[in-house]
Amino acid sequence: MTALLEVEDLHVEFRTRDGVAKVLNGVGYHVDAGETLAVLGESGSGKSVTAQTIMGILDTPPAFVTKGAIRFHGEDLLTASDDRRRDVRGDGIAMIFQDALSALNPVFTVGFQIEEQLRIRRGMSRKDARARAVELLDLVKIPNAANRVREYPHQFSGGMRQRAMIAMSLALDPEMLIADEPTTALDVTVQAQIMDLLREIQVEREMGLILITHDLGVVADVADRIAVMYAGRIIEHADVFQLFRAPGHPYTESLLESLPRLDLKGQELKTIKGLPPSLTNIPPGCPFHPRCPRAVDVCRTDVPANHRLGLDRTSACHFAEEVVSRG
Amino acid sequence: MAEPILEVTDLVKHFPVRVGVLFKRTVGQVKAVDGVSFTLNKGETLGVVGESGCGKSTLAQVLMRLEPPTSGGARFEGRDMFAMRGAELRKLRRDIQIVLQDPYTSLNPRMTVGDIVGEPFEIHTDVAPKGSRRKAVQDLLDTVGLNPEHIHRYPHQFSGGQRQRIGIARALALRPKVIVCDEPVSALDVSIQAQVMNLLGELQSDLGLSYVFIAHDLSVVRHLSDRVAVMYLGKIVETGTEEQIYEHPTHPYTQALLSAVPVPDPTQRGQRDVIRLTGDVPSPINPPSGCHFRTRCWKAQDICATEEPELVVRTGDHPSACHFAEERTVV
Amino acid sequence: MSDPGAGGAGLERAAAAAVGDLGRVDDSAQRQGKPRSLWSDAWGELRRKPTFIVSLVIILVVVVMAAFPSLFTSVDPRAANLDNYLKKPSADAWFGYDVQGYDVYARAIYGARASLLVGLFSTILTVLVGSVVGIFAGYAKTWIDSLLSRVGDIFAGVPFVLGAIVILTTFNSPTENPSAVRIITQVVLSIAALSWPVSMRIMRSATLVAKQQDYVKAARGLGASPLRIVFRHLLPNTVAPVLVYATIALGAFIGAEATLAFLGIGLRPPVVSWGVMISESRDYFQAAPHMLLFPAGFVTITVLAFVVLGDAVRDALDPKSR
Repeated sequence: MTALLEVEDLHVEFRTRDGVAKVLNGVGYHVDAGETLAVLGESGSGKSVTAQTIMGILDTPPAFVTKGAIRFHGEDLLTASDDRRRDVRGDGIAMIFQDALSALNPVFTVGFQIEEQLRIRRGMSRKDARARAVELLDLVKIPNAANRVREYPHQFSGGMRQRAMIAMSLALDPEMLIADEPTTALDVTVQAQIMDLLREIQVEREMGLILITHDLGVVADVADRIAVMYAGRIIEHADVFQLFRAPGHPYTESLLESLPRLDLKGQELKTIKGLPPSLTNIPPGCPFHPRCPRAVDVCRTDVPANHRLGLDRTSACHFAEEVVSRG
Repeated sequence: MAEPILEVTDLVKHFPVRVGVLFKRTVGQVKAVDGVSFTLNKGETLGVVGESGCGKSTLAQVLMRLEPPTSGGARFEGRDMFAMRGAELRKLRRDIQIVLQDPYTSLNPRMTVGDIVGEPFEIHTDVAPKGSRRKAVQDLLDTVGLNPEHIHRYPHQFSGGQRQRIGIARALALRPKVIVCDEPVSALDVSIQAQVMNLLGELQSDLGLSYVFIAHDLSVVRHLSDRVAVMYLGKIVETGTEEQIYEHPTHPYTQALLSAVPVPDPTQRGQRDVIRLTGDVPSPINPPSGCHFRTRCWKAQDICATEEPELVVRTGDHPSACHFAEERTVV
Repeated sequence: MSDPGAGGAGLERAAAAAVGDLGRVDDSAQRQGKPRSLWSDAWGELRRKPTFIVSLVIILVVVVMAAFPSLFTSVDPRAANLDNYLKKPSADAWFGYDVQGYDVYARAIYGARASLLVGLFSTILTVLVGSVVGIFAGYAKTWIDSLLSRVGDIFAGVPFVLGAIVILTTFNSPTENPSAVRIITQVVLSIAALSWPVSMRIMRSATLVAKQQDYVKAARGLGASPLRIVFRHLLPNTVAPVLVYATIALGAFIGAEATLAFLGIGLRPPVVSWGVMISESRDYFQAAPHMLLFPAGFVTITVLAFVVLGDAVRDALDPKSR
């Protein structure tokens, strides 16, 4: 069975005045209908760039896709025409962003922005589009939707704006939703509401969901599978339970150990020394080796392959089996 | 033995909302801090936690005397903080310092790191004589885990985590007794957060500092705090030791807040108590009458609109500002 | 000893145990190398830009022209020979002669000084006055700010040419012939009086932004006096946009001088400036276009050079590109 979306060996570089930044170095993952893949990584890991490449909204130049394929229902989007990509955008795959205030156009009402899609892409009449827009705002639990549809983004509070953005993304009934840090900018009580909403919508519509985040708590709550990214690579891929119980990569391991826990008052947190690498100057061998507590000579010279640790479970570490059994 | 170093009583800070072209008139008040009282003991960390609009950042500014309070008082080592002027105020500034949130705007981009960390010595010339300043700055950089040889570099040559360390070094220069930390790790990556948190913890035990640690991230607050105060719309709704707050919360807002924080443990899915509040946090310009939380509270009754609940011990062993306070283990 | 692998593993374990301590030290500055202030970064970037180099060279040539005109021509700009009345450009006089028999080329060279001086002093005065008022308005209490902004608005509301005409004719009736120093001073003052609100607004908004920054809060928290805050924290961070404005304004004010001279209220003979030359060519354009074209060309190229320079400087100083 082909996955709904499959990203294969994606390589993207940014060509700037200061050099070429290798932002993605062989990223591959897949998502099926009805399942949630969390793409976990810190800033500079490439998680957002991957999403933007899937959507086809990368700025080219300075970004260039140098290798790889993105298959949606088996069709490679990277070789498709611009028109075809535009078709898929919104209809097949939709995206929501971190900052709703800058993702929504401030000079148009929220209703207009939803209706525009329906009128242009579905040929709906103004009246029908308006009715559908109100329905969508209702769906995302915005109270008094019939009136709020005429308001501007700045008149909504943070959580409401995020809901409006979700409503907008659902207008064309996409099969797959990419959520790029959708709750990072929100208060925690609002975050919980939004994540509940996303989950509800996903289950109802059997959508595939790619959730991009750096928050391990959110991941533990909602994800089915997790792809951990570092320096433009997927360094670990596992089922959510497996990942938390027995991480298979030193980076994941260190990350889990450095988290302050709500339910535990611990002693000093284990830290990961150093900084993520500069993408114009990725170290040779394993990109994590300068910071890895287990690094040995081979790590400095050889790029680790994706070791299979089980069904649908991989880790890009020379010592993956050791790491996983330690857990 | 708990010895109070900072005692805040009924602190209020309202910002007037003004309109007008040349002469502005006041049309409303942003009730940022609306009657806050707490005690910070020597050597301990008081965590102040809350969501946006709760007033925690304004609290930090008022405590640092960057904004004058509208009413209320604060005593530092028994002396009235807000009455101090001139030389006494200068002395106070040495005792209570601040670490700010944004590593990208908290350092003057046109000054070298050495100048930034050395500025406290230039303002308070009696702390370090001119000849010894350079060494003092280098010692400070070393204390926070930075290379003292980088003294001539500029902030943009450092990463976010390192800039926070520079900010901490600056705060330590005058050997303060209390440091107000206003969201010091919120803008940092997860792996860097741990480094800075460890640093703050070490400095506290090495130098005998007391912290007012303000943050919105409950896990971070729990990690560093001895006692915790939960704020909502300008008021403290519950306060106690970290164990009391996290394991025996009695105020519905605290319970909802704890319930909303995702825990990095997938096996707890479906196990935890799920409390979901409706709507967004209301604006501090017109907070609800009586109990500010009543518009989102599932326990709200008539009395909540008419009578403001006071922060006193009701059930359990720590104060809670709710007419219907009831313990509920959420975490 | 004989099995390096085992020794290696032992060392790794020991190193792993020490990671807890090492995690505290954070030695890796992101951009290694010598300390680089934002100014030196900007200069490094500018040096590589061809537009900057070209405009800088043009401006330097003009400055040398103004300072040492004899390097460019040996002809006396005041030598009038009516035999040469309106002669076209030739090998002896590259720009030809004007209506009074002056060598146009020589006058263009010597005219650079007056034009440049007017531009320079106007800019300095505008920037000084505007900055002082702007910093005050940005940093002081709101009612002071409102007051100063309204005053600035009033001045800004006056159309430049009209305002200049009113000011300059008030001080000099059209038949009077003021000395060179006096007329230059008056022109400089008029230009500055009508242009200071622009630099004031730039400085004010930069100050408003700068004073919100956390580092200003931190400085106040340390007990810094307002004077220290203004000079150590605000000024260095607000000077960049004003600098950009100043470079562009210099060019604009040279153009303004030409305008005023053309209208007969600015510099006038015997002072020689590009504006004066353009003014004198007014009635003879059809017969002797070279009288107008060359000084006008000098003005245009100089103004353009300053504008391009200002653009390049602005891009280089833009912190967003860091």
